[in-house]
Amino acid sequence: MRASPARSTGGSAILAAARRNAWTIGLLVFMALLLVFTKIIQPSYGAAGVQGLGSSVLPLALAAVGQAVVVISGGIDLSIGSMMALTSVVSATMMNERPEEFAIVVVISVLLLGLAIGAVNGTLAVVTRVPDIVVTLAMSFVWAGCALLVLKTPGGGSAKWLLSLVTGSVGIEWIPRAAVLLIVVVAIVWIPLRRSRLGLSIYAIGSNRLAAFRSGVPVGRTRVAAYMVTGMFAALGGLSLTASTGIGTPVPGPYTLMSVAAVVLGGVSLAGGRGGVFGAVAAVIILQLIRSDITFLNINPNLAVVVQGVILIGVVMIGSLVQIRRARA
Amino acid sequence: MSGAASTQSRRAAWSSAAAWRGLFRDRPIVPLVGLLVLMIGAIRILQPDIINPGWVGVTLRAAIPLAILAACQTLTFLTGGIDLSVGAVASMSGFMVATLVGHQGLAVALLVPLLIAAIAGAVTGIGVGVFRVHPLIMTLGMSLVVLGLANVWQLIMVQTGSGVPADLRTLGSGTVGGILPFSLLVFVPLAAFILFMLRSTGFGRLLYAVGDNPVASRLAGVRSWQVLVVLYVLSAVLAAIAGFLYSGLTNVASVSLVDSAVLPSVAAAVIGGTSIMGGRGGFAGTMVGVLILTVLTSLLSSLGYPEAVRQILFGSIIVAVAAAYTRVTAES
Repeated sequence: MRASPARSTGGSAILAAARRNAWTIGLLVFMALLLVFTKIIQPSYGAAGVQGLGSSVLPLALAAVGQAVVVISGGIDLSIGSMMALTSVVSATMMNERPEEFAIVVVISVLLLGLAIGAVNGTLAVVTRVPDIVVTLAMSFVWAGCALLVLKTPGGGSAKWLLSLVTGSVGIEWIPRAAVLLIVVVAIVWIPLRRSRLGLSIYAIGSNRLAAFRSGVPVGRTRVAAYMVTGMFAALGGLSLTASTGIGTPVPGPYTLMSVAAVVLGGVSLAGGRGGVFGAVAAVIILQLIRSDITFLNINPNLAVVVQGVILIGVVMIGSLVQIRRARA
Repeated sequence: MSGAASTQSRRAAWSSAAAWRGLFRDRPIVPLVGLLVLMIGAIRILQPDIINPGWVGVTLRAAIPLAILAACQTLTFLTGGIDLSVGAVASMSGFMVATLVGHQGLAVALLVPLLIAAIAGAVTGIGVGVFRVHPLIMTLGMSLVVLGLANVWQLIMVQTGSGVPADLRTLGSGTVGGILPFSLLVFVPLAAFILFMLRSTGFGRLLYAVGDNPVASRLAGVRSWQVLVVLYVLSAVLAAIAGFLYSGLTNVASVSLVDSAVLPSVAAAVIGGTSIMGGRGGFAGTMVGVLILTVLTSLLSSLGYPEAVRQILFGSIIVAVAAAYTRVTAES
């Protein structure tokens, strides 16, 4: 903060921005290195591989963006996987044997459903004053039960244009459509949100709830809003599951805990108030790349899980060591 | 006159409400046992034929391994932590026994997974205690590592085949006269040990101290990292024992056998009145919490409700009970 805004030149502004986002930039560099490494060990890895990567990371990436928002606000949402299952079966049931155009109505209503169930989570956490982790854990049972009420076994259907939205490429074949979709969604929702009063409030209540309250931030309402955004991203994740598989599955996938892992790897502090959604997305891609690299290397694929766990523990340990050092200095 | 009388009666009503709250706060086990009795009464009325000694045996048999897993959550909750790795550790240990027993004999087959669990717990404890990694992340990462290694082990052992040893089957699923499960032989000493440890040993008090106020306990000279390492080793060993009982109960050797019990174990500790923020609660409440969850499952399945309704009620009860606790403890 030595350079005052008046004196700061373009170069130092970029430098300051780089310092602020050092973690995300580090992740992006690591991701690029992994891509190069993948290309070296598997020379045939090309446009098709990148397209597949885009499609396969989309549901978890959307879940991670949603988780990031609520974690930044100082909460945590352990019901993301169940919300995805619920929204996935609702969309699959609604689209089953319906005309293609009807899917637009489905998408909009499922997004509204996501906002609504997020609002229920948030309101319960605010009103009961039970720790977020307990409320959302309990609600994960409720939403999973609702998903089973809607659809007992995997089934339903999906519009073809939704499938084409999450697979294939845009323009040149190296740009997966799923990645473009992800960027567009995040750009439409997150970037305006972050610059808005609500976005600032979300960071404020995550960073210091009491200070935020005393500065006039409506803490309860902001928490509910953060949960609603999370619910909407969970609904997007559920829609992407239905779109890519063509059916809805009522059993929650591993998305809840993996989204927490991705968020933490992405540089969002579980204590709240710090980080952004892009790091979380980069972390999701890195986790998936490691998984495919291990397949390419002909190593026992089960070791991929071990490696993911070791990386999770290792990275977080290093991160917290750096913090402890900094606190002592 | 009448005004004074109404004030007095209001005061009496208030004080009795406060007394109830106090009871709920200080002895949460009383209302919990009340809830349990209420649920058993409901079963008795709705399905009179179900409650018999056999039902008691089946319920206890299912509750015991879950109670051991819930003990892991209770102990870690007390320090403000959580142990999400119990599912992977328990599944791993059940699976290891089934694959090792054929070559190595039962003693070695039991000792090896206990040792692996202890190592995993020590690593978790060092991560949480020394490196100050959030317990949620640390145990999540550890569960990935354990699950992956168990899968690798499964691929190595795929030729030799596996089977849950008969002794473990008897211990996990056998009963005395159809009422008292043999697994009580494991559970009663364990539960007594945990209750005694929390109430009457220095380590038990340190768990409460570290969770209630980490700064104060540090200033008082507590080496919290040592407490946490011992805690997570203990938690992992308990999880491994639960894994033995689960594989004996179901006669299945699978690396994902216990995964579905992780969230119920957390739920049982929450219902039992242990605060996830640390410093408050105990194992007695958790045991009642486990019984409530098990009886609820039995009640709903006896009424023919589908799994979906069971899960929704499960979640709602957790929120309601947790909200009640928060209410009475916040007003003190």
